[in-house]
Amino acid sequence: MAKGGALPKGFERPSDSGSQEKYEVKPSSKTITLRISKFNPEKDDHSTFLEFTVPYEKWTTVLDTILEVKSHQDHSIGVRYSCRQATCGSCGMIINGKPRLACFTKISELDSNVVTVEPMNNFPIIRDLAVGFERMFSTHKRMKPYIIREDSEISSGTKEFLQSPEDVEKYIQFASCIKCGLCNSACPTMAADSTFIGPQGLAQAYRYVADNRDKGKDERLRIIDERHGIWGCHFAGSCSQVCPKGVDPAMGIQLLRGYLLGYRK
Amino acid sequence: MMSSIMRESHIMKIHYLTALVAVGFVIIHIMVRVTQGFSNSLEFESVIANYKSIPYAIVLEAMLILISVHGFNGLRIILLELKQGNAYENAVTYGCLAAMIALIAYGSRTIIMASMGMV
Amino acid sequence: MDKDRKEGIKGMANPGRYGIERVAYWLMRITGLGLLFYFIGHIYETSSLLDGKAAWNSMLELTQTTEGHIFLTLVIGMCVFHTGNGIRLMIAQAGFGFGKPRRPDYPYTPSSLNMKNKLCIYVSIGLAALAMMYGLGVMYDV
Repeated sequence: MAKGGALPKGFERPSDSGSQEKYEVKPSSKTITLRISKFNPEKDDHSTFLEFTVPYEKWTTVLDTILEVKSHQDHSIGVRYSCRQATCGSCGMIINGKPRLACFTKISELDSNVVTVEPMNNFPIIRDLAVGFERMFSTHKRMKPYIIREDSEISSGTKEFLQSPEDVEKYIQFASCIKCGLCNSACPTMAADSTFIGPQGLAQAYRYVADNRDKGKDERLRIIDERHGIWGCHFAGSCSQVCPKGVDPAMGIQLLRGYLLGYRK
Repeated sequence: MMSSIMRESHIMKIHYLTALVAVGFVIIHIMVRVTQGFSNSLEFESVIANYKSIPYAIVLEAMLILISVHGFNGLRIILLELKQGNAYENAVTYGCLAAMIALIAYGSRTIIMASMGMV
Repeated sequence: MDKDRKEGIKGMANPGRYGIERVAYWLMRITGLGLLFYFIGHIYETSSLLDGKAAWNSMLELTQTTEGHIFLTLVIGMCVFHTGNGIRLMIAQAGFGFGKPRRPDYPYTPSSLNMKNKLCIYVSIGLAALAMMYGLGVMYDV
């Protein structure tokens, strides 16, 4: 076995006797109390919190601790997750009072011995931490999230629609949306108005309006020009505060409003 | 519903315009009060003299209309977010409109009667 | 439990957790409502002019008190904040002051919640405080 350089802290180099390599990570003595909201709409009237003691390292995420509890302490925890790398948008939840992605939030950054996880606000609960996205997806569909143009069928002899890097820069930020729903959970208007389109839908409306391949701007502006549409936004900025992908829905909404107010054509 | 009479973007343009213009008039109103000296400006005769000045009466009337429109539209916006449903939304919209008209009528009565010396 | 699990007014009214912009949103609502109710009261108060000098003076006795002056000071503060923050909102909601959209990169700081915006909110609050102090000075002939 080749001898190498210094190993990271917590790792030990095995002896040179030729025995099987065994890297050992010294377990941390650090633990946190994880409070998980439990609610089964078919059986329970209200949610309750169960507390678990969970060990963690510098790199442990909230999702890691929830899965640790699910594996070893309570198999019945209902949680939605998938990619574990802030790409799929599945694991959105309220962590210590703020909507965050569980896979993207380290225990160490929360700076607290008690971590409370609850399902996202303004969404119906399926069970425990998993919420229903039907309304958000149907609102997203209402925004016609596709390129609208008469010549959308590529005829023979033509190539793809050309777009310069500058044209792409105008909308690519808003195309980064992973539909995690954190923005809708943080929005103060969504907290009270169940018919509000929401920051996710409005930002996606702007994504297509700003795309120079799209010719459906007037159609989309007509859809959002209502009390429970774009005018329900009052720029509290909470959506942008919590967005894990830098979509900045608040920016998209204010830029979109410029079209309705006549500042943009 | 209001949105069937007027698009929400038009209502909001009115909301912004009334705010901007009202700010100007409120500044004039406060300057007139402050330059007269706070205690003097509240004397009955001093107030009546102000109302009898036609330009100042116009400023007051304009402020009344602009602030009523802006204020009650703001209240409508808040109330519409608290609860939804056609009946409720219609009630709130027309209720705010009625309150706006009532306040403008009541305030205009004061301005017109005071400026015409019917005190 | 509400099907949509809306936070309701509690969620709308909670100014914490999300930074100064959320506080400004909450203050804008509070000051707006406060100014509307003051305005209605002011219209009623000034209508006592029509009942003659005695009615006007008795209305003044009600309002020209220490409590009345403190209330008016609050009204001045609310008015200045609502105006200043309102102008900031009108400019922002027209799409100005954000810069251009760009490809997001870690740590994904939103450019809509930039220093310009935050500064305008703090300036509005500061101006409101100054106006309140000036108003108190005028009312107490300082």
